[in-house]
Amino acid sequence: MITATNITKVYNGIKVLDIEHLDIPAGQNFGLVGNNGAGKTTFFSLLLDLIQPTTGNIFNHEITVSQNEEWKSFTSSFIDESFLIGYLTPEEYFYFVGELRNRNKADVDGLLAEFEDFFHGEILGRKKYLRDLSKGNQKKVGIVAALIGDPRVVILDEPFANLDPTTQIRLKKIIRERAATNTTSFLISSHDLIHVTEVCERIVVLDKGEVVKDIETSEATLKELEDYFSGEHKLHQPENI
Amino acid sequence: MFTRFLSLEWKAFFRSASLGKSLGLRILMFFLALYFSAVFLFFGVGLYPLLQEFFPGEDPLQLVNSFVLFWLVLELGLRFMLQTLPVMDIKPLMLLPIPRRKVVNFVLIKSLYSFYNFLPLFIIIPFGLFNIYKNEYSVSSILGWMVAMIALSLCVNYSNFIIKKRFTDNLKALIPVILFIVVLAALEYFQVFEISFYFGRLLDFVLVTPYLAVIPVILLVILYKWNQHNLEGEFYLDAGLKQKKASNDTRDFEWTRKFGGIAPFLQLDLKLIWRNKRPKTTIYMSLLLLGYGLFFYPNDIYQGMPWFYVFVGIFITGIFMINFGQFVPSWDASYYPMIMSQNIPMKQYLASKAGLISFSVVVLAVLSTPYIYFGWNILLINMVCALYNIGVNVPILLYAGSFNKKRIDLDKSPFMNYQGTGATQWLVSLPLMALPVLIYWLTDKFLGMETALGLLSALGVAGLLLRPLLLNGIAKRYQERKYAMINGFKETTE
Repeated sequence: MITATNITKVYNGIKVLDIEHLDIPAGQNFGLVGNNGAGKTTFFSLLLDLIQPTTGNIFNHEITVSQNEEWKSFTSSFIDESFLIGYLTPEEYFYFVGELRNRNKADVDGLLAEFEDFFHGEILGRKKYLRDLSKGNQKKVGIVAALIGDPRVVILDEPFANLDPTTQIRLKKIIRERAATNTTSFLISSHDLIHVTEVCERIVVLDKGEVVKDIETSEATLKELEDYFSGEHKLHQPENI
Repeated sequence: MFTRFLSLEWKAFFRSASLGKSLGLRILMFFLALYFSAVFLFFGVGLYPLLQEFFPGEDPLQLVNSFVLFWLVLELGLRFMLQTLPVMDIKPLMLLPIPRRKVVNFVLIKSLYSFYNFLPLFIIIPFGLFNIYKNEYSVSSILGWMVAMIALSLCVNYSNFIIKKRFTDNLKALIPVILFIVVLAALEYFQVFEISFYFGRLLDFVLVTPYLAVIPVILLVILYKWNQHNLEGEFYLDAGLKQKKASNDTRDFEWTRKFGGIAPFLQLDLKLIWRNKRPKTTIYMSLLLLGYGLFFYPNDIYQGMPWFYVFVGIFITGIFMINFGQFVPSWDASYYPMIMSQNIPMKQYLASKAGLISFSVVVLAVLSTPYIYFGWNILLINMVCALYNIGVNVPILLYAGSFNKKRIDLDKSPFMNYQGTGATQWLVSLPLMALPVLIYWLTDKFLGMETALGLLSALGVAGLLLRPLLLNGIAKRYQERKYAMINGFKETTE
């Protein structure tokens, strides 16, 4: 359960995020969409306590993230390359993260075995440092590392960008499977409306830092989102008034 | 086109994110440049009269000529280590309709404005003018000589390019070249074959027939063309890429397991040091600077002031501590958000850094034991200094680290690299070095050497005992500075 109350973030007098109230129940797969600058990454950074909110608080399973670090033990994330340690090989990185999450080598190896397909033989056992991997492969490493240690909350910023089509499909499968079997809740931001409607039970649209839509995913969701982003919603607005 | 490139460079400089922050550093560099210019100018003006006074009866110009080769080799060595190649971000230019040659020429000509090219002028021109004034050679001879000298010095500039391009990634390939120079130097030293003398004779020919000054100029043109050819061949996206190594070092440092909770971080730090250029160099530097004591211990002047030995002791047992510790946590800058959002207690993170640094102090202290050759008291002082370093200086450095918010790119060469350097680095070295020296000096003066050493050791032991407590306080400080650090580490500086 994640709750954000009255959360705002102001940079140089410009409000980049302004959410009055947002609840994400435990176990829910949550999608965040919005155009560039809508505040998606800002929201995730606040959730991870990487930046300070101007006002308000975020609670992760009843823990105030900016005051107590307990949430770190059940929350994992992959935002960008700054979450990877360039001079480690993928295996070393996985074991390191495993150790931080109280998983031994065997546990990590067990988990990695599930992702053999996903890695496509390009990650493990190559003795390459992470900094020498391609962007797409780096992303795969980051995403899988975020799944180590059965976290209850997994935060992924733009997980589909930079991935090849095969991997995108595999990643969607992984997210759906994990969400079904565990009580893990995935928080995903994406520019790809199709992917996000496929894996998320709920989708929130941000625009200039504000929540403009909050939809339970259904058959009609994709159409609704496409209409919104193509600008057609504006045509309908006068009728609503 | 040239003016357009220039305006691009101008914008790159003044719009760089680090301009304001590194202004202090730039001012310092400016004064250093001013200082060196003054020294060289002084030398250039004074060279002729000085030579006349110390070598009466010899022609100063011919004397200078016989040292020119020596100077050129020295200059090449200095430039190789200090001068940075002029680079231009060519990637955005590749797709634009600009001839390659123009970009390459711009880069090469820009390098002429390097400070290193101006320094020799401060000697060549005043010395030449002095010769004209003394009327021993005709004006045309001296002009020819000056042209030849300037051309030679610029040849060094462009040779340095070629050498750097070829050898920076593969320093081992440089060994034969160095051996060759060493052999020539040895032959010179044992007066078997004095190459600098013959080189000087060649320059003397220029004085006789000034037209010969054309030869170094031609050499310069050849080197320029060579560089041009090299750079044009590199005008591709993948030219800068190295052949990826098939397999990398994957040592695991399993022995760190013994250290329990801090083991994963200790492993990470060791890998950080081993696998990245800049931190790795700090190790070599530490070993090299172990020899620092040799400058002072044999010298009788320092026998009367043992406080100076405390300074040396702090320095040689703590050189790694200073070089590595002052940039904690900037070493982890590139993945600091990950460290901050992972399940890592700040205190453990710091304890591992403290452990690593303390370990380095112990190793350096052990390696410094041969200094016992210069007396028992030196060994004793060094050991006490090591204890003081571990107990007091390590926490001070970690505390100072909480002020760091500049990123370090791990793979850049550390020579003349001020990345990550800020006011903190200059300020922290004062208490690190001056404080123990002051404590020692005062107690030694009033209570004697035994008490002084005892006091330093006691401070060290107290620091060690209090370390868990101190780390708590420092960890809190890091927590407070967390957002500033994450933000600062994001900014990439040049």
